[in-house]
Amino acid sequence: MSESEKTLPLDGWHRARGGRMVPFAGYQMPVQYEGIIAEHLWTRTSAGLFDVSHMGQLLIAGPDAQKGLETLLPADLASLQEGRLRYSLLLNIEGGIVDDLMVTRRGSHFYVVVNGATKYGDIEYLEDKLPRNIVVDHVKEQALLALQGPRAVDALSRLVPGVEALGFMSGGAFEIGGARAWISRSGYTGEDGFEISIPARDATAVADLLADQPEVRPIGLGARDSLRLEAGLPLYGHDLDHGTTPIEAGLAFAISKQRRAGGGFAGWHRIVQELADGPIRKRVGLAIEGRQPVREGAMVVDGEGNEVGKVTSGGFSPSLEAPIAMAYVPLASAAPGTKVSLLARGKIFSGTVAAMPFVPHRYQRKGAAL
Amino acid sequence: MSIYYTKDHEWVSVEGDTATVGVTDFAQGQLGDVVFVEVPEAGRTLSQGGEAAVVESVKAASDVYAPVGGTVTEGNQAVVDEPSLVNTDPEGEGWFFKLTLSDTHELNGLMNADQYKAYCADL
Repeated sequence: MSESEKTLPLDGWHRARGGRMVPFAGYQMPVQYEGIIAEHLWTRTSAGLFDVSHMGQLLIAGPDAQKGLETLLPADLASLQEGRLRYSLLLNIEGGIVDDLMVTRRGSHFYVVVNGATKYGDIEYLEDKLPRNIVVDHVKEQALLALQGPRAVDALSRLVPGVEALGFMSGGAFEIGGARAWISRSGYTGEDGFEISIPARDATAVADLLADQPEVRPIGLGARDSLRLEAGLPLYGHDLDHGTTPIEAGLAFAISKQRRAGGGFAGWHRIVQELADGPIRKRVGLAIEGRQPVREGAMVVDGEGNEVGKVTSGGFSPSLEAPIAMAYVPLASAAPGTKVSLLARGKIFSGTVAAMPFVPHRYQRKGAAL
Repeated sequence: MSIYYTKDHEWVSVEGDTATVGVTDFAQGQLGDVVFVEVPEAGRTLSQGGEAAVVESVKAASDVYAPVGGTVTEGNQAVVDEPSLVNTDPEGEGWFFKLTLSDTHELNGLMNADQYKAYCADL
């Protein structure tokens, strides 16, 4: 282990359960336990427990926190009710994506969860751009777990009565095994499920409690990636980056109507223009012919072999038993059903633009709001 | 019959001048779930250390190199049709290809089972 790779609160827990540890986002994290395909399918049919403690948990507070955040996020935070989450994007002045995140209104502050690999840069960016009376607190002493899958609600409501009443994209304060927890109905797999923020000192006990439920097995990063790919969810640093706008990335839903007209956020001019005229390129899903996966870095090529786009994520879909990918292609090639050629490993592959998600989302929107 | 191993985690089982090649149990464990295999066609000439086959898991793509040079007599269609054979029986039904050795001296540089075991233990 190199010195630059830190350990997370559940490091020993993963090793004891047979997790194969790899470096990720500056930490040692489990890539798999029994195997990616088995873990993937288990999550789609039962419930998977993921350690996502590498992600950044931030509290943003101050009298003008809402106003300040709205200068960097295209979300309409004024309409965000107590305990509600919204998917949003941290933008730079050119409309590029600094990070994608979840923001929750929680009492007097906003609770923001950002990507692990980008959290320090995000904090620096927020502190640089926000007025000094807005405080960005990086909550390092909290672990974060995700319980995902159609039976997650059965397992969690046994331990946390009442949690089943949460609707998709809402959260609340609960207790689990005596530990104080902030639990939201959200996740990164396309399945119903929950994300659970708990004090790091309670992480092992809570992980044991969850993993002891008959529906639950621990799931590594490998399946987390294949699950989110099937769900059509972009991964920052791969499908999104500083040079990509929300419109190119197909994330226009994250620009609320209110903000499109009113503006006042970083990159608004470019984003409004792309909304009106269409972007030059667009993130699409690809179904790949044959069985061989086409991975990140492969080129999308035209009839003469010129590069016209690139694959940003790709792999084998355990649910569909076929290779799938995400790519940026010219707008003219972005309609579902369009045939594309790809160059990977010195070979030409054929793909078809496919609507995403590849596997339908099964979010539980009907839970009663607390 | 003698079995030899390479540092790239291929095994080669030799009977007379015929060799069968696959990837080791250690290799399949590192790869994880194998989802795609490409094997060379009969008649193709391989040189020692050259690219011979492709194996892809959910996570990553890897080349399989020829442990010894020779002429391919058969690629294993069973492993192409059912790539998970590489995980379930890597040193049996999950073989990749057979070839006729061009130079048996090339076997001299390979490891035996004990040497390979020690090599993996050090990784």
